[in-house]
Amino acid sequence: MTPSDREATGLLTRPDDLVQLLGPTGERHASAEYDPWVADVDDDALVDLHRDMVVVRRLDSEATALQRQGELGLWPPLAGQEAAQIGSATALRADDFAFTSYREHAVAWLRGVRPDELLSVWRGSAASGWNPFEKNMAVPQIIIGAQALHATGWAMGAKWEGTDAAAVAYFGDGATSEGDVNEALVFAASFAAPVVFFCQNNGWAISEPVGLQSHQPLARRADGFGMPGIRVDGNDVLAVLAVTRWALDRARRGEGPAFIEAVTYRMGPHTTADDPKRYRTDDDLAAWRERDPITRLRAHLAARGLDADALDADAKAAADRAAAELRAGLVSIPDPEPMSAFDHVYAEPNSHLDRQRDHYARYLAMFDDAEAAAADAAGTGAAASDPRGGAR
Amino acid sequence: MTTLTLGKALNQGLRRALADDDRVVLLGEDIGTLGGVFRVTDGLKAEFGEHRVVDTPLSEAGIVGTAVGLAYRGFRPVVEIQFDGFIYPGFDQIVAQVAKLHYRSRGAVRMPITIRVPFGGGIGAAEHHSESPEAYFTHTAGLRVVACSNPADAFVMIRQAIASDDPVIFFEPKRRYHVKGEVDEHASLADARPMGVATTVASGRDVTLVTYGALVQTARDAATAAAEEGVSIEVVDLRSLAPVDYATIEASVRRTGRLVVAHEAGQQGGVGAEIAASITERCFDFLEAAPVRVTGHDIPYPPAKLEQHHLPDLDRILDGVDRALGRPNSLSGVEG
Repeated sequence: MTPSDREATGLLTRPDDLVQLLGPTGERHASAEYDPWVADVDDDALVDLHRDMVVVRRLDSEATALQRQGELGLWPPLAGQEAAQIGSATALRADDFAFTSYREHAVAWLRGVRPDELLSVWRGSAASGWNPFEKNMAVPQIIIGAQALHATGWAMGAKWEGTDAAAVAYFGDGATSEGDVNEALVFAASFAAPVVFFCQNNGWAISEPVGLQSHQPLARRADGFGMPGIRVDGNDVLAVLAVTRWALDRARRGEGPAFIEAVTYRMGPHTTADDPKRYRTDDDLAAWRERDPITRLRAHLAARGLDADALDADAKAAADRAAAELRAGLVSIPDPEPMSAFDHVYAEPNSHLDRQRDHYARYLAMFDDAEAAAADAAGTGAAASDPRGGAR
Repeated sequence: MTTLTLGKALNQGLRRALADDDRVVLLGEDIGTLGGVFRVTDGLKAEFGEHRVVDTPLSEAGIVGTAVGLAYRGFRPVVEIQFDGFIYPGFDQIVAQVAKLHYRSRGAVRMPITIRVPFGGGIGAAEHHSESPEAYFTHTAGLRVVACSNPADAFVMIRQAIASDDPVIFFEPKRRYHVKGEVDEHASLADARPMGVATTVASGRDVTLVTYGALVQTARDAATAAAEEGVSIEVVDLRSLAPVDYATIEASVRRTGRLVVAHEAGQQGGVGAEIAASITERCFDFLEAAPVRVTGHDIPYPPAKLEQHHLPDLDRILDGVDRALGRPNSLSGVEG
């Protein structure tokens, strides 16, 4: 029997040690430990969280549709993980720094990344979408788990410089098996670095259930590395906000790193290139649809006496604006100039690459010359069809 | 003969290897239930069981490192690295362990490990999904490095790699996975061309064009196009990048007097550099022009919309042929 057969996604639903402030039907659970961390979250703040989640879900579905229409090369959907991302990123200060994987579109949204900046990489138009120092968010990472070390190093530097800024490393359940993540946990603990390891356990590493990566809740690993580990209901935006604030606060106060396991679910495919029907059932999906993070917060707001229809209308209007911005942004993304492939390889002049770039420019110019020759030839009634032939 | 895609030919080759030798085990991410992201291992877990076709945790160092341990016990592990750009977390285990253990154990420990790597670009993929890392491995003593280019070779070479008592880095041209070809599924491995031997896939008189992997088809197309202009190109499918079958290349260059090497990987320190230098040493008196390399640029693999400017295509290869022939070309008039 393999781990996958033994446990599959059952790990996700064990309630024993899960921090939860909002139950599946929106009921508020009191928590002496974590309530103080969201005491300031009033109706307006909850409405903001709701709107943000609706907006990023819409952006995500629009981007998925754009990929299906051939406008994007690939898209990794975040659907289902809105609360984990919005809740945690809401806890960040502007001077904190987020090091994410490729699925944290909601984190990017809250860091002020524009839709065109978000899409340009997935359109294949640019190596990266934004300047990390303008958003305090790193270039998203595709190599699984590598960013955990980068966040740790950033945090070590922030501490050595005497600031109280913190780093957050976002990664998934699969990444916890990579050496880089484990090494990051060692370094962070060793140097008491102000870094929060925010693991979105969405149940799946492409086709592999989390039970293949671990036979115990991932948060329990933290203890062995010498830092607190917290399991939070990742579909409870309030609880995610609370535990992330708690972890950031202790990091700022010099108490070192913490590990948060946000238990959530990847409702969509790994990417638009993936077909989840090959490895999971509709029942699995249906069970998690019952735990929808947006529905949950909406129910909670309704229970607090807010007009749910008005909430929906407000959120939909914001989502419509964001979607329109996304489509307009897509059109605004320029196709890259061929010679830009040689830009930014080095920070300083490089004689080898300069020579190679010059050669390629000459090569491309042959085709321009050939076109000109063809145009001339066409003027005199003789066709030159082959650019290479024309270049000779 | 059966018509198979390159991916299916690999699948059939792996199936045969699993059936022929119960010490063969497959390890990798998503290779079992999913059948691999390119479906190369499709159906094998169901057929041979979860102890033969193993979905592993997400760790390339873990996959390769445990393959070393399995090899110590006499297994013949076949490792799948999901994409070329994901091989680096396993790099230490490959170059410091897999490559060296036979030497370090004075021949006592064999490492019959096959490391399968879908490689190269041309599919519009995200970053780290289109790389050509072969030179890191050809530079590493103790490894054999091969690249298949067509279904018939894929079916045979994967089995030869698994049968080899030396570790083999096995590069699969991912943009050709869906290309179909005739495969003799009943051919005996004993009668097959050894994987270390190159294949002349098109005969010609004027220039020897050496390449491997996905560019073999591009090179054949270039030869066809050049023939219409009266230029006769001999195309050699290298197949083995380490060791290189110099006998085949030498024999060709002695006839043509001109050498062009093409690959997607960057130029600096690449396979083309090694072949150009070796052929210059071996055939200097037969060369009528300096060897020419047509390669990817020495840049990180660019965004998808720029990859057609990075990858050598038919025109870039023919420009290289023109350089070798002294015909007008992109470097005409450039000193040095």
